[in-house]
Order: sequence, then structure tokens, then C-alpha cells
Amino acid sequence: MPILGVIDSGKSGHLAPATGFYSIATQTVGSGGAVSVTFSSIPSTYTHLQIRAIARDGNSSQDGFWLRFNGDSTSGNYYWHELYGNGSSALAYAEAPSTVNFAGQIPSSSQASQIMGASIVDILDYSNVNKAKTIRALGGFDGNGSGQIGLLSGAWNNGNAAISSILIQNSAGVNFSQYTQFALYGIK
Amino acid sequence: MAAGATYVPIATQTLGSSATSVTFSSILGTYTDLILISFAQGQASGGDNRLVLQFNGDTSTNYSTTYLYGNGTSAMSARDSNRGQVDNVTQIGDSGSSSFSPFIHHIMNYANTTTYKTILQRGNDAGDTTTAYRQVGTSVSLWRSTSAITSIVIKGLGGNSSSGFSAGSTFTLYGISAA
Repeated sequence: MPILGVIDSGKSGHLAPATGFYSIATQTVGSGGAVSVTFSSIPSTYTHLQIRAIARDGNSSQDGFWLRFNGDSTSGNYYWHELYGNGSSALAYAEAPSTVNFAGQIPSSSQASQIMGASIVDILDYSNVNKAKTIRALGGFDGNGSGQIGLLSGAWNNGNAAISSILIQNSAGVNFSQYTQFALYGIK
Repeated sequence: MAAGATYVPIATQTLGSSATSVTFSSILGTYTDLILISFAQGQASGGDNRLVLQFNGDTSTNYSTTYLYGNGTSAMSARDSNRGQVDNVTQIGDSGSSSFSPFIHHIMNYANTTTYKTILQRGNDAGDTTTAYRQVGTSVSLWRSTSAITSIVIKGLGGNSSSGFSAGSTFTLYGISAA
């Protein structure tokens, strides 16, 4: 027989609240679209960062989005790899070296307007000054007959600098559509 | 940048006996994303045990999924369109074995009423009694509805038929709020 879960969103004292995962800031794209968003002045008080995104392209060809840290666009400072599936084949791709870290595929404007891609990006030990920074991401979209899902990894090696700002940009240089949202979290 | 603690456990269910499904209902719209973490075993014989989701009681063909998975020999991708549920990326463990399978579903922006809902899933079935079902994978699903998600039914299937989950299966729902 069906089992009903114990629901509490409105009660206190049912399940202990989490204490190690913190919302830091959110960027939401308005009706005019935006080619990029930036998180700046990121405090170094967490161990890891996570970006949770829903996004959509203003372009009619399928694109994605990438990250750039501390304003660094130096070719050779970034490396990234992707394992992805397009609904019929599993494929791999890499850009090493690169000027960015790719972080997810998003649906094009030719998809139904309500379809959004999703991506979850982990940026590990982002404030440590003794390590190159590593990211990993899971992301993609499904268009009921089209779509892509991928696992990504990336590295940023720029003198082991702590990450204090993140630029997120559409990989085609066109606008993200309205309702695109990037939420930054800190993990202790 | 103001920061607030989040990743809140909303509800949890551990099965004391087998059950055909588990339901989380009356989910408030106060979070940004939901995360469902399941550790489950199925009741079907023959190994084809599945864990699938339906939202708000919708059993129509409004769901679709794109998969990426590996079986120890090959990496593969597939797609299911116009389905009646968020399908499983791999099978889950079988009744009579000690194997349970971990699944995590990220249900993104679940309460918005403007866009369809996108779900990212990861799962594996490393200890299945059937060798061919020992897989690991990830997937992205779409629920073509602009309704806010207020309930989730988690069903245990054997193939496409209802069969249920074993005692000891656990299901926990978390909420994350963006700043």
C-alpha cells in the first residue's frame, strides 16, 4: 500500500535543520536577457562552493555556459573535460588548454519556451592558496525528443589564487533568456 | 553577501515493511530546489526493479528523460519520450539480496509556475543479482507542466508493473533555498 511520508515544511522540531550548507547570493535574468552574470566579493569562509543553475539560451543553436574566475581569461590556465550523452551515443570532449571552464549545456530558443536546462557545479576548496582549483558539474536538459546530459570536470591553475569572483557567461556570447537563474551556495 | 543556512530535511520515510509506493505530499513552495535521496530495494523477481517518480498525481505522458550510463563494458546514452513518469537511470537492488541502490534526484525550481520542471538524477545498481543490470548513470528529465510541485509519489516497479519496495528502503526529501 502507499506510504505517506512525514511532512513537515511548516513544523519545527521534526527534523534537524542543516547547518553546513549556506545560500550566498542569486542572480536571476530579467525579461531583457543577459549575456553573463557575476558573483563578486565571495567570502572565503566556506570550504566549497556550489552553483545551482536553471538556464536557457537566447540563441537558436544549442549552447552552454562557462565559468571564469577572478577575471582571468588567460589561455592555458583552464582545462576541462566532458562525458555526455545525446540520447543515442555517449561521447567525450575536452578543451585543454582553454580560457574558461565549461559547466553545462542549455536548451536553445528553438525549444519550447518553458524548457530550462539545469546544472549543479561544485567548486572544491576554492579559497585554498596551495592548490589549483578543481570543479565538477552535472548538467543538461531534456526536450521530449531531444536533449543532452553531461558530467564535466575542470581545472583552473593561476598561481593557486583563492577564488573571489565568478563570471558566468553564455558560451555563444548571446543572452541567457528570462528566468535563467544562478544560485551560489557555500558549504562548510 | 548575506548567507543563510539551508539544505533542510523536510521529511523522511523508512519502510518497516514492503510498500508499493511512498508519497511526500503537502510540499510547501518555500524552497528553491528539492533533493530526494533514496536508498531502495525492489520487490520484483527477475531483477528489473525500477524506482520512478510522478508529480502532483500526474500519470499522463508528460515526462521524458535523456540518459548517460555505463555497464562496466560500454558507455551509452538513450532517451524515453512521452512517458508517464520520471524513469529510472538504472535498476535498483533485488528482493532477497542485501543490495540497496542509492538514487538522488535534484528537482530544480520546483515551485515556479512559469517553466516546466527539470530533474537531474544519479543512480547505480552495483550489486544487482542480474549482471546486465549492474550499471551506473545519470540522467536529465523533463516534466511538461508549469504547476508547482506539491506532491511526489515514488513508485517501485518490476518492469512496467507495480511491485513495490522492500522493507528497509529509505527516502528523504530536502529543500534548498536560494538567497
